[in-house]
Amino acid sequence: MSAYFVTVAITIGIYVILAISLNIITGYAGQISLGHAAFFGIGAYASGMLATRVGAPFFLCLPFAVVVTGIVGAILGIPCLRVKEDFLAITTMGINFVVQAIFLYVPFFGGALGISNIPVPSIHGAEMTKSAYLIMVVLFVLLAVVVDGWLTRSWTGLALASIREDETAAEMSGVNLTRFKVIAFVLGSAMAGLAGGLYAHFMSFISAADFGFPESIVILSMVVFGGIGTLRGPIIGAIILGIAPELFRPILDYRTLLYGAMLVALMRFQPQGLLGIDSFLTRNFRRLWKQEASIDEASA
Amino acid sequence: MLAQQLVNGITIGSIYALIALGLTIVYGVLKILHIAHAGVYAMGAYLGLWVYHLVPNLFVAMVGAMILSGVAGIFIERFLYKSMLDKSRIVPLIASIGLFIAMEEAFRIISGPYVKAFPVHFKQKPWIFGSMRISAPQMLVFGVTIVLLVLLWWVISRTRMGKALRAVSMDREMADALGVATERIILLSFFISSALAGAAGVLVGVFYNSVYPTMGDIPAYKALAIIVLGGMGSIPGTILGAFLIGISETFLIGFVNIPLPRDALAFIVMIAVLMFRPYGLLGKE
Repeated sequence: MSAYFVTVAITIGIYVILAISLNIITGYAGQISLGHAAFFGIGAYASGMLATRVGAPFFLCLPFAVVVTGIVGAILGIPCLRVKEDFLAITTMGINFVVQAIFLYVPFFGGALGISNIPVPSIHGAEMTKSAYLIMVVLFVLLAVVVDGWLTRSWTGLALASIREDETAAEMSGVNLTRFKVIAFVLGSAMAGLAGGLYAHFMSFISAADFGFPESIVILSMVVFGGIGTLRGPIIGAIILGIAPELFRPILDYRTLLYGAMLVALMRFQPQGLLGIDSFLTRNFRRLWKQEASIDEASA
Repeated sequence: MLAQQLVNGITIGSIYALIALGLTIVYGVLKILHIAHAGVYAMGAYLGLWVYHLVPNLFVAMVGAMILSGVAGIFIERFLYKSMLDKSRIVPLIASIGLFIAMEEAFRIISGPYVKAFPVHFKQKPWIFGSMRISAPQMLVFGVTIVLLVLLWWVISRTRMGKALRAVSMDREMADALGVATERIILLSFFISSALAGAAGVLVGVFYNSVYPTMGDIPAYKALAIIVLGGMGSIPGTILGAFLIGISETFLIGFVNIPLPRDALAFIVMIAVLMFRPYGLLGKE
């Protein structure tokens, strides 16, 4: 595998984790977040700073990033409980700007210089190759998928879905809104923190500019593009929108224009997302699947 | 010094008010976060510049930009938002963001990535009151803002159309059931709000003597912070929020040396206000 391919694959893997994590907050619990890149950044800074300032090994930095981001997610989730719907969307967007400004202007976080020379993780003293890093990222993607699968099958997942569908009705049925919203925020942020840690040690240099509002939009677009509220959706969305800039490379000048136009067209004609619940593709896959099953039955 | 900062703050606040008012009107009627509004604003600046090159008269350029932006707003509603009203709120939001990205890129491809000058020469000398100085471009900003705000107030509170618009923004279905031509009112609200954004674009272009593709970036989210601060859909709240943010920004940058950029400030103020009033300053539940 060429180094180029591996690099693109690692980036996409990190985006898949981010998309899955945002889907927990926005897709399952129905809390629109326009500031997910803030948590991605908090994870990256936590992991990168522990590695460079303290010299901690990678496999200590990563859990640290997850825990720190989860705690910050809980703290920042509290103001988010006060506001609903569109107010929440703008509040999370505000949190993104404030967190980015703190990274950029507080000297403790390296200011405009960011954090550099974050070491590549090593196993038994040998530095990890890019291919090995890719395998590790894929393992973490699988972990995220497992957590997501557990969540959707658990009572917690059911409680989150009830909050998404109708908050008042959920509260009347005895669902503790505060508790489950915080659970969604903590789980989603912690997972974004994991992605941040992976990103920091892969790039070896991070700065506030990587975690701004446009990045949040990229992550949210992936979730919505693939199909919000499902597991397959964010994964497919992250893969397609992660590859798209690479595919559009020959037409570099029109790349971003196409990206925007793609989002508009999909929302206009297929608002559930490509593989969302009851989207065109899902329906037809279902139909094909059923036909084959009935043919099998008939021949048996 | 204090008075001068106040003048500067009111200038910025006026521009914010013109941009954010359109956003709040659209939100009131359709309940969507119209991010692409900032794209219409940048478009207004380009259109104004284009008209100004054809007819070197600022008034003509302003009115031309307002009408053309208004028409663009109608197109956006017709071809994009109309089909999304019954969908989840995130659908028009993402579509709007996609449209905004595409618009900025279209400006860059058509007009080049460089900053274009908006060469207006004012013969008017600045007014000086003691240490306070109001320059000709500032007079222009104040004048246009006052005229447009009065015009908007008159349309909304004194005409049949305005009454219908208020009815639609209170309860669209009920207004529809009572025989208000909702479709037409929605288009009207898009025309008005986009025309206001176009006027703001021309004003900013003239005031800073620059027009460029990404000029909508900062207004895109700051206007959102302002309408949330004011209570989404509330017109007086939005004007209050715009001047509050404009003035506090200039004062904090001018006097207190806070280590945060002015763009984050709007959000800190917004979040702080939301903690005590979750529906904004003048918003209703």
